[in-house]
Amino acid sequence: MMAVSRPMIEVSGVSKFFGAFQALNDVSFTVNDGEKVVIIGPSGSGKSTILRSINCLETIDRGRISVGGMDVSDPKVDICKVREEVGMVFQSFNLFPHKTVLENLTLAQTVVRKRSKKEAEEIAMALLSKVNIAEKASAFPAKLSGGQQQRVAIARSLAMNPKAILFDEPTSALDPEMIGEVLDVMKTLALEGMTMVVVTHEMGFAREVADRVIFMDHGRIVEEGTPEHFFTAPTHERAKLFLSQIL
Amino acid sequence: MNEINQPHTPIAVGDGAAIPHKSDAGLFTAWRIAFFGSIILCLFLAFGRPDQYMAIFKFIPDGIVITFKVTLGAIMLAIVFGLIAGLGRISSNRLINGTASLYVEVIRGIPLLVQLFYIYYALGRFVKIPDMFSAIIAMAFCYGAYMAEIFRAGIQSIPKGQMEAALSLGMSRQQAMRQVILPQAFKVVLPPIGNGFIALLKDSSLVSILAVSDLLRRGREYASETFNYFETYTVIALIYLIMTLFFSKLISIMEERLNDGR
Repeated sequence: MMAVSRPMIEVSGVSKFFGAFQALNDVSFTVNDGEKVVIIGPSGSGKSTILRSINCLETIDRGRISVGGMDVSDPKVDICKVREEVGMVFQSFNLFPHKTVLENLTLAQTVVRKRSKKEAEEIAMALLSKVNIAEKASAFPAKLSGGQQQRVAIARSLAMNPKAILFDEPTSALDPEMIGEVLDVMKTLALEGMTMVVVTHEMGFAREVADRVIFMDHGRIVEEGTPEHFFTAPTHERAKLFLSQIL
Repeated sequence: MNEINQPHTPIAVGDGAAIPHKSDAGLFTAWRIAFFGSIILCLFLAFGRPDQYMAIFKFIPDGIVITFKVTLGAIMLAIVFGLIAGLGRISSNRLINGTASLYVEVIRGIPLLVQLFYIYYALGRFVKIPDMFSAIIAMAFCYGAYMAEIFRAGIQSIPKGQMEAALSLGMSRQQAMRQVILPQAFKVVLPPIGNGFIALLKDSSLVSILAVSDLLRRGREYASETFNYFETYTVIALIYLIMTLFFSKLISIMEERLNDGR
């Protein structure tokens, strides 16, 4: 699917400090509606921090982030509204352990979107079928494998009908044999035109799905381009070194 | 104060009868000996030495009821105080956080008996309420500070990712707290609250100095009339022991159920 050139997420000149440590250094990029952007880089490069900043789970010290035209760093903007529109999938799944799989999907629908229980459950069941886990609807998360939990987590964020989904290393906590099932779900989403920003170490996924790859190091964007360009002819030494280590 | 090492509980509260776990065989046996031993001893005294003891057993049940009323009333109110203060202790609002922290620090730094006197007479100066109510409020106010720390620790023991996941679904902090964090935290704080309940049951004997006719006070009344001090306090001690042992067992069963449910 072709990306429409309407900016969904705009990050401009963002810096962030954890004490004296500069986690982000003048980071700017744009994600258009329907675009899939993969952010890669060594650990500590700031890739997770920038992703979490988009959802305002981290506050930024300088710069500006806007999502669907709403300025995330503006105190007057209701941050909950922004988060309603942007889903997030975490490395550690973060399913609610005291709720069943179905309740994990219906909770925010009823509390935030004010849907009826029946409507929320119908939507939840449809999404669980979509991620191939409908049979576990009444199970508690602890009874599920990591891969299953992550698929539920993706369905949970889809239940809010987000305009974009942020993935923070969604497969890093998984056993190797379970990575495929999660990536398959993500690929399906990509084909359907979902706007996605993915922080990952899965280079195969980046190559196949990304419209654009952003390479970060030491809190800066070092290189940005199409996957063909990035994986075959990276310009910067740091990117070349990283690829040689990881591929 | 006996240190309790509970394998399932991340929060250990000192005071209170030890809660017997099946894994702790020694304590489990001790519980049986103490519990059934004191019941048998009570029966023996009541029926084997009726002339000295029967009258005591007839005189004090009113006091047991009052002791229960004070304990239950105080624990429920203390949980409310504790939850509010515990949430205050993790609040990012400086004023709320400061107030809650001050409450906890001040209360925990003053002996319970002194506080009881103070709150009881302070209340008596401004409002006219029954003695038992003042006693319950005073106990709850004190125990609320300990409960606050239990709730704070319980809430903070829930992984950060839970709040983040709830927020990222568009929930407000309050919604996330109510729907996601507190239900999980309650499971964690239940055992220490049970401990607090037992400690409070014992400390409720302090209200006997405040003109509340609880178990200990009834005993004192009886003893001062009959001068049977030794016999009376033997019975009082046995009854407290039976009650605390009974509840510690009940709590340990509840805890086991909870762990099975996971």
